[in-house]
Amino acid sequence: MIMGTIFASFWLGKLNLKALPPNYIQMGGAVMILSILLGLLLFITVTKKWKWLYREWLTTQDPKKIGVMYILVALGMLLRGGADVALLRTQQSISVGHNMGILSASHFQQIVSAHGTIMIFFVAMGLMFGIINLIVPLQIGARDVAFPFLNATSFWLFFAGMILVNASLVLGDFAATGWLAYPPLSELRYSPTVGVDYWIWSLEIAGVGSLMAGINFIVTILKMRVKGMSFMKMPMFVWSVLGSMFLVAFAFPILTVCLTLLALDRDLGTHFFTAGGGGNMMMYVNLIWAWGHPEVYILVLPSFGIFSEIVATFSRKRLFGYTSMVWAIAAIVLLSFTVWLHHFFTMGAGSNVNGFFGIMTMIIAIPTGVKIFNWLFTMYRGKIKMDSPMLWFIGFVVIFTIGGMAGVLMAVPPIDFQLHNSLFLIAHFHMMIVGGVLFGDFAGISYWFPKIFGFKLNERLGRLVFWLWFIGFLVAFIPLYILGFMGATRRLDHYSAGLGWQALFIVAAIGTVLIGLGVGVQILQIVISVRDRKKLRDTTGDPWDGRSLEWSTPSPVPVYSFARLPHVTERDAFWVAKRHKIKDKSSYEDIVLPKNTPLSMVIGISAFATGFGIVWHIWWLAVVGLLSVVVTIIVRSMDEDTEYTIPASEVKKMDRQLRAEGGLR
Amino acid sequence: MSNPMPGVEIANTNKLIAKYDNETKTIFGFWVYIMTDCVLFASLFAVFAVLRNNTFGGPSGAQLFSLPYVLAETLVLLSSSFSCGLAVLSAQKRHKNHVIFWFLITFILGAIFLTLELNEFHKFIAMGDSWRRSGFLSSYFTLVATHGLHITIGLIWMAVMIGYIIKRGITDGVLKRIRLISLFWHFLDVVWIFIFTIVYLFGVLK
Repeated sequence: MIMGTIFASFWLGKLNLKALPPNYIQMGGAVMILSILLGLLLFITVTKKWKWLYREWLTTQDPKKIGVMYILVALGMLLRGGADVALLRTQQSISVGHNMGILSASHFQQIVSAHGTIMIFFVAMGLMFGIINLIVPLQIGARDVAFPFLNATSFWLFFAGMILVNASLVLGDFAATGWLAYPPLSELRYSPTVGVDYWIWSLEIAGVGSLMAGINFIVTILKMRVKGMSFMKMPMFVWSVLGSMFLVAFAFPILTVCLTLLALDRDLGTHFFTAGGGGNMMMYVNLIWAWGHPEVYILVLPSFGIFSEIVATFSRKRLFGYTSMVWAIAAIVLLSFTVWLHHFFTMGAGSNVNGFFGIMTMIIAIPTGVKIFNWLFTMYRGKIKMDSPMLWFIGFVVIFTIGGMAGVLMAVPPIDFQLHNSLFLIAHFHMMIVGGVLFGDFAGISYWFPKIFGFKLNERLGRLVFWLWFIGFLVAFIPLYILGFMGATRRLDHYSAGLGWQALFIVAAIGTVLIGLGVGVQILQIVISVRDRKKLRDTTGDPWDGRSLEWSTPSPVPVYSFARLPHVTERDAFWVAKRHKIKDKSSYEDIVLPKNTPLSMVIGISAFATGFGIVWHIWWLAVVGLLSVVVTIIVRSMDEDTEYTIPASEVKKMDRQLRAEGGLR
Repeated sequence: MSNPMPGVEIANTNKLIAKYDNETKTIFGFWVYIMTDCVLFASLFAVFAVLRNNTFGGPSGAQLFSLPYVLAETLVLLSSSFSCGLAVLSAQKRHKNHVIFWFLITFILGAIFLTLELNEFHKFIAMGDSWRRSGFLSSYFTLVATHGLHITIGLIWMAVMIGYIIKRGITDGVLKRIRLISLFWHFLDVVWIFIFTIVYLFGVLK
């Protein structure tokens, strides 16, 4: 018997039957996630797509495909995070007075944490890196990123983190500590289950992937621009990504350290953030926000870039104030490291410290304001076309401005003392992250969709999606501002009837339903557009009369991206080339591209094994996973045959054919 | 711009440029990585600075550290950086055997450094002053061990490199990797100088 226990604890660590979901709602989640997984596997098997999937997608090193995979994963996670919201809002609309609602307090807190974690790390980051992968190389006239293998590995680490977060639905529980898991609550003493460990290791793994992607894109943008594209001729999206990736490079190591220290506290008994033993829990809050605030700008800068492209294209004008836009990005990059303390004014750092961070927070609103005005001036006297990407922009300006003003309000420390931890804050940062980041990513997807897939999305449904999201969003979050003023705090799973909050919570829930409808129509839009893809086909490669280099390629973009490398002499290179009828005179040349390899995926799987092993204290699994990562890297480094060449004659033939079919210039 | 290498065909020059670009790209990328690693160590130094006086009734740095011992460690590591430099110089001259010799020396010195460090850890732990003892010791162990972990990765990398050089000689690809590993090794040296100063020297000063 004792031998059996030792045996089991060696092979299974802390894992046992008690790890299975304890009640019906949690079981429902587990069953749902498992049946989606099984359904997918079954579908692939029945349609005999395994080989195709492996050859074309799982082993690919092509950023255009990696980008699509990022976006698909992120949209899947949007549904997961959205299902979480449905539960939260249901609970908050009915759990009043004697009614305790449908969720236990602990389960409610787990869902809140999962919602935040998933939406930031696996939706917003995924959409951002997806669009960056798709568009940045094309906009700078490069055929690939600087380090293709590293890029694919980044994706697979992101994927491994995503699987780990969702594994918590089936085995064990998730952190009930909020999306940033403050100690001492997140310490072993107060959170003894594996929930916080799941949180730590999924973010650790995905975070390392993001860091590597950040390095990769810094090098790509600085070293791989096509001849003639000096810094001040780069498209604004590329600038914004460069700023964002610098932030990734500076901020993500801090997250890695912070998570590792918390893990050490929990697994090895160190005293970094413990209440006793000489730990300092406020150090955690400082560290996590020294990453966390730049993270906000990491997400939102690329969205600003996307809007800059869209506004210029749909107003058919040069972007107004290009130089000031660049300086605004630079200012935001620098300032974003000087405001982190505004997330915890109530720590008690003293009035001077709070004063400094309050003022810095107000100052960082200025470059953002500059950008808004630049976009508006770009539209001024432009020939504006109101396609759905432009609608997202209008929605963004409205929501982002409201949310931004709420932010400046909270930058005043005395006011923050009143509003701290209230729903007012929740309304504010959702307006920034959804209105700013998500709307930007949606705009980018509908804008660049024809470039990637070769056909446009259905415009009528696209408009419907926007209006459902926009109205639903306002209905869902304006009540939270009011509730915040009335004293409702965040992560509230129950309140007494006498407070009179229920009506507003119900209004917010109705807003959530509208957003849910929006998501439903979004899926419908994709389905219908795929069905009508022949009718919606983009034969020109340039459906919006675009300005930057990606529109000079055929849609969908061929594997080599550019048959001949373009010449850049001015900003908006493609626009200038079209207006002045400049013909490309460069000759075809041999194109070298990276070969497919499954090793990136192997590293992702191994990283997942390591993470899962540490979460459940299955040490042999963790060691095997880690060794597998090391061995895979060594094996890869031994391989000198990692590239293949498309001969110039072949490129010429393919290019001629594609251009003849589409009637391109 | 004039042709930098007269006599070389233009097409060839293009290939050379492509190769050169590829190499600068990798080395620049590695510099960016080192910058991110700097941020990682900076965070750990900050954590150490915050916790260094939180001894919670346990020993302080002044009671634990032996400067002569740490000085010996430091000298071993600095010599390994010197031999690593010599390896790079030999690699540029394509002297295969010299490169292997100097990398072996570097590897041995690195291994000695790691042994000394682990021995110090072992001494502290045996006295009951492990990372569990206090916030100060937690941050001490984590900072120094993170450096040690990097050294371990460097040693593995070096072992693989030596095997690689024996098997394939010094090709352009190998030369590039030799440059990268030496960058990495010197960087770890610099970090150690900071550890030596901030952890040990300031620690004993008190």
